[in-house]
Amino acid sequence: MKNNIKQGLGHYVLYFLLPIIILIAWEWADIAGLLKSYTMPAPIAIVNTFIEYLQNGKLLTNIGVSLVRVVEGFLLALAVGFAIGIGVSIFPKFDTFTDLVIQTLRPIPPIAWIPLAILWFGIGQGSKVFIIFLGAFFPIFINTTEGVKNIDGRFFELAEVYEIPKQKLITKIVIPGALPQIMTGIRLGLGNAWVCVVAAEMIGATSGVGFMLSDGRSLSRPDIVILGMLIVGIFGKIMDDLLKALNKRLIKWQ
Amino acid sequence: MGIILEIKGLKKTFEDKSNVVNALEDINLSIEEGSLVSVIGGSGCGKSTLLRIIGGLETEYEGEIIVDGKAVTGPSREKGFIFQDHRLLPWLTVKENIRLSLPEEQKNNDSLIRENLEIVELGEFENAYPSQLSGGMAQRVAIARALANKPRILLLDEPFGALDAITKIHLQDQLLRIWKEEKITMIIVTHDIDEAVYLGSRVVVMTPRPGRIKRIEKIELGTPRRRTGSLFTQERDKIYKEFFKETELPFTYNI
Ligand SMILES: Nc1ncnc2c1ncn2[C@@H]1O[C@H](COP(=O)(O)OP(=O)(O)OP(=O)(O)O)[C@@H](O)[C@H]1O
Ligand SMILES: [Mg+2]
Repeated sequence: MKNNIKQGLGHYVLYFLLPIIILIAWEWADIAGLLKSYTMPAPIAIVNTFIEYLQNGKLLTNIGVSLVRVVEGFLLALAVGFAIGIGVSIFPKFDTFTDLVIQTLRPIPPIAWIPLAILWFGIGQGSKVFIIFLGAFFPIFINTTEGVKNIDGRFFELAEVYEIPKQKLITKIVIPGALPQIMTGIRLGLGNAWVCVVAAEMIGATSGVGFMLSDGRSLSRPDIVILGMLIVGIFGKIMDDLLKALNKRLIKWQ
Repeated sequence: MGIILEIKGLKKTFEDKSNVVNALEDINLSIEEGSLVSVIGGSGCGKSTLLRIIGGLETEYEGEIIVDGKAVTGPSREKGFIFQDHRLLPWLTVKENIRLSLPEEQKNNDSLIRENLEIVELGEFENAYPSQLSGGMAQRVAIARALANKPRILLLDEPFGALDAITKIHLQDQLLRIWKEEKITMIIVTHDIDEAVYLGSRVVVMTPRPGRIKRIEKIELGTPRRRTGSLFTQERDKIYKEFFKETELPFTYNI
């Protein structure tokens, strides 16, 4: 049933219907003279800016810069969040040792770290990667520990019966058992990473998609701002789709 | 044959803040090597607790549990344990589930895995995931997994409790065949009187609060065992009488 809806042409019509309605309404508002080009440009102005930025290379450069930052910060967060998450789950003493610090840092929004990050690392790559790391770390860490906690305790009893050594226990029971939730953490983490790169670049940067936004504002060019926002949205969705596909491949037993 | 399992003066209490449960009291039992013993009793009479203690999964108790001349200190491959649920890891195929359970030196022994899957007649399913198996098939894989580890004694806690009647009968016959071929000592816990009588050469009847052994019934069904006929009915009635008064006895026909 569900598949039928997904495969049919009707599905795609429905899927793209709302964006098309929004575009038409937007265009109509422009024709009706409701928009002022210095606050809200017409769709065509965005397209023109898109072509202009594509030709002068600014678009791809800025996207590239932001993507590299996101990938660096995210991979760092993935490695650290996963490792500490598993560590905390299997060594209760390590959990007690780290818990207060981690749980106190967690409620601080990554954006609140931006002033310190700029003081520590300057406005270059370092401060961005740091903010992105913070944004992606917590969802990955929390979901790893929760994922391990939610593994059916009966599997650990099974491991006792068959005298499964600790290292096998981790690779064959703990990690795969927690994997669905770890993947949820990874998706949330990557989403956060993308939000953080934009925020960090808006506040202090000379390149990147977030810089495009703040640059557009100071040039009074809402078309640039909107183009930047669209790029953030579209790339965010593409990255999430990729992770969803990866999720399906990794968790093929369900 | 010798005695493989000896239980002496076993007593087990569960305590929490508010109350104390006498789960088992004064349990004495010896089990001969190669025998198949069923343990039957109502809900809460301590059957699972008894089996878990024998299996080493429960280690706080009074009394002595001796398997093969050694006191039990914890779980081990020697004491195969079949849980009521199949307990297969959903992310591993049938084959990998079995492989994970094997001792280090047998890890790559694919023919051992195959051999044991064939014993439970599931040779073609080695690459299936547990979600692709029916409940009965999954339980058979669990049995193959236990057998592959060459246990000295196999402990089964209501292994067929969750299955439909037809599947259950098939699996009981399969279990009997395995028992005869592999000559493994088995203790099967059940709350199904027919199952207890059909499988066990002895039936241990337990009563609750505190969990005690009420009596141990020797079952003579002749060979091959049959589920119908007067011999079976007679033996079953003996067990029924342990639980119900004469007048409550379900009516049975003897032709
Ligand atoms: N972990 C535990 N903590 C406290 N009480 C327990 C625990 N496990 C079992 N009990 C109690 O011990 C008694 C025996 O439990 P057990 O599970 O052995 O019964 P059983 O004969 O297997 O019952 P069933 O046929 O329902 O499986 C019960 O009264 C139960 O409430
Ligand atoms: Mg039980």
